[in-house]
Amino acid sequence: MRNTFANTFYEAAKTDPRLCVVVADISPAGSMELFRKEYPKRFVNTGVAEQIMIGMCAGMAMRGLRPFAYTIATFALFRPFEFVRDDLCYQGLPVTVVGVGGGVTYSTLGGTHHAMEDVAIASAMPNMRVIAPCDPAEAKAATQWCIAQEQGPVYLRLGKAGEPNITANAVHPFVFGRLRFLRDGRDVCILGYGSILKLGMDAAALLEERGVSAAVASVHTLKPLDRDGLAQVLSQFERVIVIEEMVPRGGLGEAVKALACELGTRPRIKCLSLKDDFIHLYGKHEELLAAHGLSLKHVLASCTDD
Amino acid sequence: MESASTLTQTTKFDTAAARRRCMRYRRRILDVSQKVTALHIAPAFSCLEMTDVIYHALMRPGSGSERFLDVFLMSKGHGCMSQYAILEDLGVMPTEEIERYCTPAGILGAHPDRGNPGITASTGSLGHGLGIAVGMAYAEMLKGADAVVHVVLSDGELQEGSTWEAVMTAANHRLANLLLFVDMNDFSGLERMSEAHPAVYPVVEKFRAFGWEAVEVNGHNAGAVYEAVTSRARARPFALIGKTVKGRGVSFMEHVPIWHYRSPNKEEYASALRDLAEVRS
Repeated sequence: MRNTFANTFYEAAKTDPRLCVVVADISPAGSMELFRKEYPKRFVNTGVAEQIMIGMCAGMAMRGLRPFAYTIATFALFRPFEFVRDDLCYQGLPVTVVGVGGGVTYSTLGGTHHAMEDVAIASAMPNMRVIAPCDPAEAKAATQWCIAQEQGPVYLRLGKAGEPNITANAVHPFVFGRLRFLRDGRDVCILGYGSILKLGMDAAALLEERGVSAAVASVHTLKPLDRDGLAQVLSQFERVIVIEEMVPRGGLGEAVKALACELGTRPRIKCLSLKDDFIHLYGKHEELLAAHGLSLKHVLASCTDD
Repeated sequence: MESASTLTQTTKFDTAAARRRCMRYRRRILDVSQKVTALHIAPAFSCLEMTDVIYHALMRPGSGSERFLDVFLMSKGHGCMSQYAILEDLGVMPTEEIERYCTPAGILGAHPDRGNPGITASTGSLGHGLGIAVGMAYAEMLKGADAVVHVVLSDGELQEGSTWEAVMTAANHRLANLLLFVDMNDFSGLERMSEAHPAVYPVVEKFRAFGWEAVEVNGHNAGAVYEAVTSRARARPFALIGKTVKGRGVSFMEHVPIWHYRSPNKEEYASALRDLAEVRS
């Protein structure tokens, strides 16, 4: 997703001189090298200084530029939180905050590098829009949307590099604010966002072999949430599974359950998320997820248990 | 930047007129204080002359719908009454909005809101303004435009780490179109800064060590402020460290922390007006 973002941005920047990137000295910024080389003045590295990264973006946007703040998700959102809130959200400025390594992507770097609460925190702020694409192809479409929009701030949650594409045969295209089905199904609907949705696709394929028809939808836009799309899911399916690489509070799972309650629909809803706990485990990304109950086994069980 | 240089060198600054204006603004601010319980009078009075110089002598006129070519933002948002009074005088801020200050019928609160007449940035939380100003100055440089960005900070904001992130970044990019005015009134909300936080000082030397051009002047001497700014070298970001008095012009408010926030009662108001008649530059 990281490289897709960088390439998409670079292509758009060729024709839109307002596009700038402000990074705070992180190695993933290396994927922006092409852009930096060609437009050195439009690439700003503030160093290990995240508050000025956001503040500068605000000032640049006020003067007509379209800056993207870009760093590891924890440092893009948590460290300069009040700057994101006051400088970008309160003033409604068209700045995209790109958080790379959303969730527990940086699985060997410890809790300081785990963006486990980013979607909840970003969604809590008025004026903020939140997008978390599930694969490089969706990241491209999301990036293009962020580039084109002029209305206000966006938090774009990306993974790392090398995620598989899972949207090649999607039923719907990417439309901001609308969930999209990646595959149709009848018996159960798996909802999620971010790269962890791959678990949903894998589970759906296995379930099909067992005679269970599972739909999978990418709820890439977490704010504004697609209430109509979710309402339709809740009324159509008897079983809805939400998987998210985020703490349980303030995420998609809670929102889906609240909406079902509000609408009076009564499907069985099961939410799989990270626990409300820091992770002190070091290993592969999937090993950390599994330790918190996010694995193919867990998803399969949720889709079929009674 | 060339045109700024030409303009400022050929314009003579009228110190007496500035003094008369600031007297008027102080009266106006005291008048408004009679309608609300909290007005931040003292911090508005301390940065008044610097803000007056910025608006009346440094900011160049704009074209079309833009009143100014240059930019101003009040980082110490609680000092915004000084800005409001000047904007009203310039015809930018409608008088009826000043009259409706801090009421649901109006648009003005105790901190500036972006989008209100003449207001560029929403401030109030300290340590934000300089970073935004750095982004603005960088954007102007990138666009090849020559707008100068003026920003007023409180000395309390020098305690915010974010301010120093912005100071370093401005110097790294040699943003010569950035003019910083620090209102050194020696008081934060609670107590005297130089006593409680002696390590904040010396300030001029700190800015110079960080790669800025910096000078210290009497921040209530409008002529000296103007002179210091217009004679800057224009090669690096410039900081004017203005030594000021919190509550300047009203003897019982000067150096007294409670006036950071409080509005005077009727008797205090009358006494303040008498005091103002005697104020000198």
